Amino acid sequence: MSTNNYILNVEDIHKSFGNKEVLCGVSFGVRKGDTKVFIGPSGTGKSTLLRCINQLTPPDRGRVWLHGEEVTGSGPRINHFRQKIGMVFQNFFLFDHLSAIENVEIALLKVKKMKKEEAREKALSELRQVGLEDWADHYPAELSGGQAQRVSIARALAMDPDVILFDEPTSALDPELTREVLEVMRKLAQQGMTMLVVTHEMSFACSAATEILFMENGVIAEQGAPETLLSDPQYTRTRNFLGQLTD
Amino acid sequence: MDVLAILIDWAPYLLTGVLVTLGLVLSALGLGVVMGLPMALGQVYGSRPLRWIVGIYVWFFRGLPILVLLFLFYFGIFPGLGLGDVPAFVVGAVVLGLRGAAYQSQIFRGAIQSIGEGQMIAARSLGMSRLTAIRSIILPQSVRIALPGWSNEYPNILTDSAVCYAIGVAELLTRASQIVSQTHVTMPIYIATAGVFILLNYGGIRILHRLEKRIAIPGFGSGAV
Repeated sequence: MSTNNYILNVEDIHKSFGNKEVLCGVSFGVRKGDTKVFIGPSGTGKSTLLRCINQLTPPDRGRVWLHGEEVTGSGPRINHFRQKIGMVFQNFFLFDHLSAIENVEIALLKVKKMKKEEAREKALSELRQVGLEDWADHYPAELSGGQAQRVSIARALAMDPDVILFDEPTSALDPELTREVLEVMRKLAQQGMTMLVVTHEMSFACSAATEILFMENGVIAEQGAPETLLSDPQYTRTRNFLGQLTD
Repeated sequence: MDVLAILIDWAPYLLTGVLVTLGLVLSALGLGVVMGLPMALGQVYGSRPLRWIVGIYVWFFRGLPILVLLFLFYFGIFPGLGLGDVPAFVVGAVVLGLRGAAYQSQIFRGAIQSIGEGQMIAARSLGMSRLTAIRSIILPQSVRIALPGWSNEYPNILTDSAVCYAIGVAELLTRASQIVSQTHVTMPIYIATAGVFILLNYGGIRILHRLEKRIAIPGFGSGAV
């Protein structure tokens, strides 16, 4: 099932909440090193799509494959796939009772069963990667939003994932803090991390995306390289949406 | 002067009751945690039958006066199970513990439910099983949140423990009344006993406060800075 060198395949995902169909058949493939940015109006299923990929929200129909192995319907093996599919949340969801470094190392200890020293070293190097090694012993309540989000990125990175899902990672941050988080994400993209990003930050989409996907009403309405999609959108709704953002 | 001499004479006998009373309280608190915490987890994360069973348990042990429970167990349930020879102390400790578990489970349940669902979502997104997430993320947080409410169980159980007088456990009140009937000195004995209860109460609360401070985390739960 891994044609075209895709490491992640998403096939015909459907999801309804009650009577409302949020995702109506979404398919795409992701190559190693891709940064795919999902844009579009609120409520069009972008976040749900990310949660369908790691099964935090199991889809009603459709399949997800990682390296040719099916993620959907994988039962308890989902915990294995989730180690390979990192996730960064809008509201960080750092573990409130753990310091920054403990947040990064907890899954290394409890899931990967790493030795304590090894986990600490790994966690420290991930914190360094996001520029927070000096904040290792601070608790979430003592961090700014931007710092908290960078810790949560380090937490995802520590698992050595094949792909990281970013669910509106800067929507809870003011512009200055947004910048420091986007900088980290840009650096990751340059280093070849595979990323799926739901965001409203068009500057990031322009500069870091390998592809932009415009979603509306539960489907991918238009997709393409940033240069083409942003300068010459084929679809009126895309044009309108982009127009609103630049107003 | 007479009264003082009597008090001094009987002090060792009365104060031995401190050990008995503390024994009752500590076993009740211990049993309360050991049973109450799993019960709370069962009520929050368990299947419907499990939630139902815990619900019935809590309803039963919170619904009956403690004296009624004590008589039921002492005269009915223990002898009925062939345990009629078990010391009254054990019956008292068990009843206080079973009852404490009902109350404490609800303190823990509230704490668990107060934790945002994001904590579980983030844990699962890292590949933790539900059980690992509960053990490593949810429990350490709930215990910290529950501690102030749970501490309040100490004075409750301490004062309740005097009810064990009714089945003849040689705790503080029982000993006090024995001294009274031996010496015919009434008020001074009961005042001394009350003083001992108040001191035990004060000391225990101090220790629990210190524990709260020790496990507090900046900006989290009751440890807010």
